Amino acid sequence: MSLDDRRSPYGIGAMTAFSLPGPQAPGRTTRRPRRPAEPLAARLAGIEAVLDPTGALYWPAEGTLVVSDLHLETGSSYARSGQMLPPYDTGLTLARLAEAMARHRPDRVISLGDSFHDRRGAERIAGADRKRLLALTEAAHFIWVTGNHEADSARILPGEVHEAYALGGVTFRHIPTEGTPAGREVAGHLHPAAWVTVRGRTLRRRCFFGCAERLVMPAFGCLTGGLSVADAAFRALWPDPSGTRALLLGQDRVYALPVARR
Amino acid sequence: MRTLPEPFAGWFAHRGWTPRDHQLDLVEKAEAGRSSLLIAPTGAGKTLAGFLPSLIDLDREKRRRNTPLRDGPHTLYVSPLKALAVDIARNLGAPIAEMDLPITIETRTGDTPQSRRRRQKEKPPDIMLTTAEQVALLISQTDAERYFSELKVVIVDELHSLVTSKRGDLLALCLARLRRYAPGLRTVGLSATVADPDALRAWLMPQDGDPPALSDLIVVEGGAKPDLSILKTDQRVPWSGHMTRWAVGDVYGLIKAHKTTLVFVNTRSQAELLFHELWRINEDTLPIALHHGSLQVEQRRKVEAAMGRNALRAVVCTSTLDLGIDWGDVDLVVHVGAPKGASRLAQRIGRANHRMDEPSKAILVPSNRFEVMECQAALDASYLGHQDTPAINDGAIDVLCQHVLGSAVAEAFDALELYDEIVSTYAYRKLDWETFERVVDFVATGGYALRAYERYQKIRRRKDGRWRISHPAIAQQYRLNIGTIVELASLPVRLVSRKNGVLKGRGPILGQLEEYFLNSLAPGDTFLFAGQVLRLEAVRENEVLVTRTTQTEPKIPYYGGSKFPLTTYLASRVRAMLADPERRAALPDQVKDWLALQGERSRLPKMDELLVETFPRANRHYLVAYPFEGRLAHQTLGMLLTRRLERLGLHPMGFVASDYAIAIWSVGDLSAFFDGKRHTMASLFAEDMLGDDLDEWLADSMLLKRTFRACAQVAQLIERRHPGKEKTGRQITVSTDLVYDVLRSHEPDHVLLRATWADAATGLLDIRRLGQMLARVKHDIVHQRLEKISPLAVPIMLEIGREVVQGEGSETLLAEAADALVQEAMA
Repeated sequence: MSLDDRRSPYGIGAMTAFSLPGPQAPGRTTRRPRRPAEPLAARLAGIEAVLDPTGALYWPAEGTLVVSDLHLETGSSYARSGQMLPPYDTGLTLARLAEAMARHRPDRVISLGDSFHDRRGAERIAGADRKRLLALTEAAHFIWVTGNHEADSARILPGEVHEAYALGGVTFRHIPTEGTPAGREVAGHLHPAAWVTVRGRTLRRRCFFGCAERLVMPAFGCLTGGLSVADAAFRALWPDPSGTRALLLGQDRVYALPVARR
Repeated sequence: MRTLPEPFAGWFAHRGWTPRDHQLDLVEKAEAGRSSLLIAPTGAGKTLAGFLPSLIDLDREKRRRNTPLRDGPHTLYVSPLKALAVDIARNLGAPIAEMDLPITIETRTGDTPQSRRRRQKEKPPDIMLTTAEQVALLISQTDAERYFSELKVVIVDELHSLVTSKRGDLLALCLARLRRYAPGLRTVGLSATVADPDALRAWLMPQDGDPPALSDLIVVEGGAKPDLSILKTDQRVPWSGHMTRWAVGDVYGLIKAHKTTLVFVNTRSQAELLFHELWRINEDTLPIALHHGSLQVEQRRKVEAAMGRNALRAVVCTSTLDLGIDWGDVDLVVHVGAPKGASRLAQRIGRANHRMDEPSKAILVPSNRFEVMECQAALDASYLGHQDTPAINDGAIDVLCQHVLGSAVAEAFDALELYDEIVSTYAYRKLDWETFERVVDFVATGGYALRAYERYQKIRRRKDGRWRISHPAIAQQYRLNIGTIVELASLPVRLVSRKNGVLKGRGPILGQLEEYFLNSLAPGDTFLFAGQVLRLEAVRENEVLVTRTTQTEPKIPYYGGSKFPLTTYLASRVRAMLADPERRAALPDQVKDWLALQGERSRLPKMDELLVETFPRANRHYLVAYPFEGRLAHQTLGMLLTRRLERLGLHPMGFVASDYAIAIWSVGDLSAFFDGKRHTMASLFAEDMLGDDLDEWLADSMLLKRTFRACAQVAQLIERRHPGKEKTGRQITVSTDLVYDVLRSHEPDHVLLRATWADAATGLLDIRRLGQMLARVKHDIVHQRLEKISPLAVPIMLEIGREVVQGEGSETLLAEAADALVQEAMA
């Protein structure tokens, strides 16, 4: 029986839960062909930035690519506690990082903390994923800003490790400064996501969230969930929401859309 | 003449009762060690009949034995509702006390405190009233075998409703285990009337090949025919809509004219709206209450208690009151909106006048003109006693995953033995060994082709070949995450007050609001909830803070997944009515005239025809089809048709689906394109759309992601709760949508994706029904090319702009929103 036969409507009538073919034949891809990515230029936290739909920020003036909350080895971290999430997250996240690096060809990459999902992550990364990560650290100079999840896990990787990193008048740190920071700041940690309602359907996307003075980066890790920009955590950073913008990550574009706040 | 043994015969006589035939039948079956299915309408004394044999047997056993203590319960009673167990404990208390029987009876549900659960293990009650989840918990204990060694009977109440749910699958698997622990175990199923009693009879029995083994069957014929009618009104029945605002005055009049009225609606949103509208005109301040599944439990219990005391004149309720809790003196059931299924209607009617020999009185209130036909069909159907309960599906794979893990928690299992036990259930009798192996592999390591997690195995194969959990913590995790009910993400709603612009006080929690709905609200927005108009103030610490407001035009709560689709049976009755001039003539004038006009302007479809109309309107071209297959199947059909039209270059822009019809609109001229020569409607509706088009659409389908989330939680791939670990904030939780994306791109044949697909095919996507429809109509598609909109098309066309427009991938929607902004800025 060919695959197409199996998926005929007659087949479906006769199918049982146990004989159903998967939603997709193995080896075929159903992803719609992707259009070339269209990064979006925006001025945030004093940076003339190019926002990449993968969730990376490129700063042309400094030749620097910024990513945050890669959460590598999330799958294996959960597996340790008995939740066997697909073991493909590290590979996917690194592939997306490689894609963003190939697009912008940065000299420097800043990873804004929580690069690994837990502190043993850097020890667990193995095989092809490890090779891929090392290849990336050869293609650009890596600055590992330490986060709260992995402590100093990244020390065993090539590159510099910093608690906070200053570049071109902007401070890069993992956890955003409470209240008003002394200078311009780019941070991560909160995993901003925004909801928009279009024609009655509510869509949720990760986003860059910031204003002229400060920016919170979206989480880059492919399994990492998001926190609504309507959450109190963001209100604490921006008591006055005027001047903030949410820039949503689409599949191959970044969308500037008005977002419900509360 | 058959009699009961003493003291039962005396007790019946003392009460002035005569044992009914089916009660005596069940006692006889029990004495003979036979399992039985009892089918009886409400009010037939079904529950007492189920317990009577256990009471007799226990009484005899206790007097024979010296020690009154057993190792475990004699009878397990499993009900789908916690409230039902509590209710029955109370009802059985009376005969036990009056006959002074040495029998203990206790409930054990999720609400039972730990201390009592522990005591129940040491000093088991003779009769335990419990739920499927609790049975699963009990058999995962290491001493389960001893505990259940003296179990004699399992009584499953509301079996008809249980078997079509995942809880039914869970219980089926548990039953197979209990049979091993207690050979000779009997089962008793209590059920309302169903379409296929044999499936239920088979469900109750251990299976071993074909034909399936069946339990005995006892049927109690229905009592008096219900006094059923459609609301007679001077009001104009609207073309479309579901909210039935038009009939509020009539419904209020009915409540006033009766002692106690149950007002059933199909969705929680409808319940909120109707309740609100009734109170608006409640000049006599009649005690009218509200009851639905999102309300706080205490609030619901209060309403139920007030109902029992006959303190209420009406309750507006949803399916939360479908199942058999005994009420006070309900003398009228009003069904607002079409009942969507004949059996469901019969159940609900049964709630009125809980005495079998008196007719129940029920009035149907159609929301719109299509529903007038549907109500008429349901009315005929319930007179004919036709049943359209859903069929029993194959057992769910995610439940099986949970059960396999539970098996390794209880004891070390041998894979072959466990497989044999599982396929002895009716639901899983067709399970093949390969799938079972994949399930075991999934439980152990996640079942991925990339063998990355061997060292984290949850269950491990020991040297003796048996599987056992690899760490005691796994057992704790399993128990915390047991069960098959997956709640949508929701937040509690707390009432506060606002003084001088500051939020004050901590009022009561009113209920749970789904996150989907919440995310569409901004502070200051108003909505109807728990029967009040509330204003959203803020979301703090995972609570929704609201204040009361006097505003009168609230947004209405949206509750996911609460609409039932029209059953296949009712759909065919409606189609038959459309095709039959005689039956059309019996309809109310306004509906009759409308259909007559349709006959003149376009065509009334024949019984097995699919009518498709195309016409231009205001610079767009419309296609309206009338499959009558229910909203879920129509949504799937709409998605697939728009994809095809897109490929044909006709630029479809969106569609809406109702229970009866779908409408698609496009830029391209549909009448010209489908000229019946080069392109035909038959080719557009060809069955192969269920192949590649379906595949492609599924890649981006929210419905499938939602289904996956439920499967992943039931299969315990993702935990709902983790021992000793409070969530430190939602931002660190993994998104199941993202897990789905990763799995789909890397392991499309994963066992959980298969489970998701199987669920969706019969559930949210209703692919099976769509497939059957496409096959049925393929030679009978009638295409009408019209100059303008037809009368029959008006209702669905009115839904445009009111219903959520489907049909576009979310990326397209985002782009559209962005473009709209640009246009706005440039204008």
